[in-house]
Amino acid sequence: MLLAVLEHDGAAMAEAAREALTFGRALAGRMGVPMHAALIGNNEGALVATAGAHGAEVVHTALHPVLSDYGPEAWGEVVAAMVRRLAPGAVLAGGSDRGNEVLAQAAARLDVPFVANCLDVDPADWSITRIQWGGSLLEDVSLSAEVPLLTCGLHSVAAETAETPAAPTVEEFAVDLDAALARTAVRDRVVLSAGVTLSTAPVVVGGGRGVGSAEGFAPLEELAELLGGKVGCSRAVTNNGWRPHADQVGQTGTRIAPQIYIAAGISGAIQHWVGAMGAKHILAVNLDPEANIVTKADWAVIGDLHEVIPAISAEIRARR
Amino acid sequence: MRICCCVKRVPAPGARINVTADGQAVDVAHLGFAVSPHEECGVEAAVQLTEAHGGEVTVLTLGAPEAAEQLRYAASVGAHHGVLVPTDGSGWDPQRTALALTAAIRTLEEAGGPFDLLIFGNESADSGGFQVGIRVAVALGRPMVGGIKGIEIDGPTVRARRETDAGFEVYELPMPAAVGVKEGINLPRYPTMRGRLASKRLEVAELAGDALPGGQAMRRLHRPAEAASETVILGTGPGAAPSVVDVLADLGVL
Ligand SMILES: Cc1cc2nc3c(=O)[nH]c(=O)nc-3n(C[C@H](O)[C@H](O)[C@H](O)COP(=O)(O)OP(=O)(O)OC[C@H]3O[C@@H](n4cnc5c(N)ncnc54)[C@H](O)[C@@H]3O)c2cc1C
Ligand SMILES: Nc1ncnc2c1ncn2[C@@H]1O[C@H](COP(=O)(O)O)[C@@H](O)[C@H]1O
Repeated sequence: MLLAVLEHDGAAMAEAAREALTFGRALAGRMGVPMHAALIGNNEGALVATAGAHGAEVVHTALHPVLSDYGPEAWGEVVAAMVRRLAPGAVLAGGSDRGNEVLAQAAARLDVPFVANCLDVDPADWSITRIQWGGSLLEDVSLSAEVPLLTCGLHSVAAETAETPAAPTVEEFAVDLDAALARTAVRDRVVLSAGVTLSTAPVVVGGGRGVGSAEGFAPLEELAELLGGKVGCSRAVTNNGWRPHADQVGQTGTRIAPQIYIAAGISGAIQHWVGAMGAKHILAVNLDPEANIVTKADWAVIGDLHEVIPAISAEIRARR
Repeated sequence: MRICCCVKRVPAPGARINVTADGQAVDVAHLGFAVSPHEECGVEAAVQLTEAHGGEVTVLTLGAPEAAEQLRYAASVGAHHGVLVPTDGSGWDPQRTALALTAAIRTLEEAGGPFDLLIFGNESADSGGFQVGIRVAVALGRPMVGGIKGIEIDGPTVRARRETDAGFEVYELPMPAAVGVKEGINLPRYPTMRGRLASKRLEVAELAGDALPGGQAMRRLHRPAEAASETVILGTGPGAAPSVVDVLADLGVL
């Protein structure tokens, strides 16, 4: 069987876990084996049902006081124990912070390879295509492992329920964990804005080096507000201290997926592009008609953003 | 405090990343090199911690002999020691890299005492394996948490903050501990004149190290297919605003 490790917050299944179940279902099909799921620190009926709806035939639940909240070491140890006792043909998780972290912990404990952020996996010979440079490059690797441990690249598949959802069997997986593993469990949580975040905003107005200063972002803020969106920026901007890093879009920033990304004064370097390419549409505002972002955008305005952005806001107000 | 920060020398590509004709590496013919961005912030975090609590920062890298440049850069922004595990410069898989780094850290700890904190990047900029730091920490028996965007030392404990969609999670790791940090934890400083002198004076220590290759072998690098796009130019200058707003209206985002 293929074992899909499920990320959850206790109440709801993470999007990355539903992606892993979707990716895993197809992979298990090619392997000719059933898909099972690992539900760590929880046995909620709703989570079991979601796993079943996405094609898991058996859900292995692991409960233990150390697992009462997320902790990479304890979770990694549980996955390692499942590999030893259940002998899956492959283990898969979503390519989120947690998914990658837990499988790396498990791989380290088992002393086996771990291939992060796979896009395409051929189980016939375990040749794999995976993400490098945050998606700017791809790497073909061949994997030789007793048991392949993999994550699928975040949002590389759209989460979909199975055509024939299973009513999964729940099997309790007894774990004997060292209480010391609680040393890396979450101690506390601070909940910030519950509202629109950069990664979920329907509109993002991005500014780059062309904005020229921290103050120069005021018109971008205004346009974002008119459109119910968020301001994003390039690394050139965060490096200059004009905006906080939380606003950065790209390989080492946030991946956005708005209806439209309005990118002003941004050249569209590949490391920025990999964070922006999830946008449904892109409109570039740039002085340079040859800029990368202009050639990749759906629409462009050639001109000075300091004139164009306020004019767009004025036009919106005029029409309301 | 004794802190060891592991950094990787990576190409500093421009707008696009090109691959050599044989598909075996990034084409670096016209490129400079840098410390991977998360790790650059890791060095800054280490230096800030020793400025606040005393102690020393050792920066460790495994790579081509030229990676000494990145150790010198770290010294120019405040790191005290630089250690190189030289290789032939070929890309090592994550298991092999982790084994060799673990051995190097053991050697450094035998000579100078244990490190209170090991700092890694969350992932390297180029290969992005998301695992070398975790493998080293597990081998050395240290607690490790990744995705860290804030570190405070509180007695024998490292309080670390990890960003999530909703806010952040707080972890409390007993030292000796390890963390994987992300860009945004701080804004790295630029080298000063004094820093440049320190960088020139840095004696790069070399530690021989190797390990057996792991199970993941690179066959070929290639660029993802680019969707061809036809850009519609809506106009020039502020006069294009009405066409822009027409587009926004069509998309239903007004
Ligand atoms: C490992 C690594 C990770 C990276 N991660 C990221 C990341 O997460 N996010 C990111 O953004 N970058 C990232 N980068 C950096 C990236 O390579 C670029 O350096 C950066 O995106 C450039 O920012 P920019 O487009 O604002 O600046 P520039 O490239 O300098 O472009 C400025 C643009 O503004 C235009 N312009 C100037 N003035 C005006 C004006 N008045 N009106 C209109 N247009 C104007 C110019 O024509 C130009 O196109 C990373 C790099 C590396 C090596
Ligand atoms: N060759 C190397 N030398 C020193 N540190 C490394 C090396 N490769 C990886 N690391 C460290 O391990 C982290 C994770 O790397 P990776 O598993 O490649 O994503 C990096 O951010 C570095 O801190």
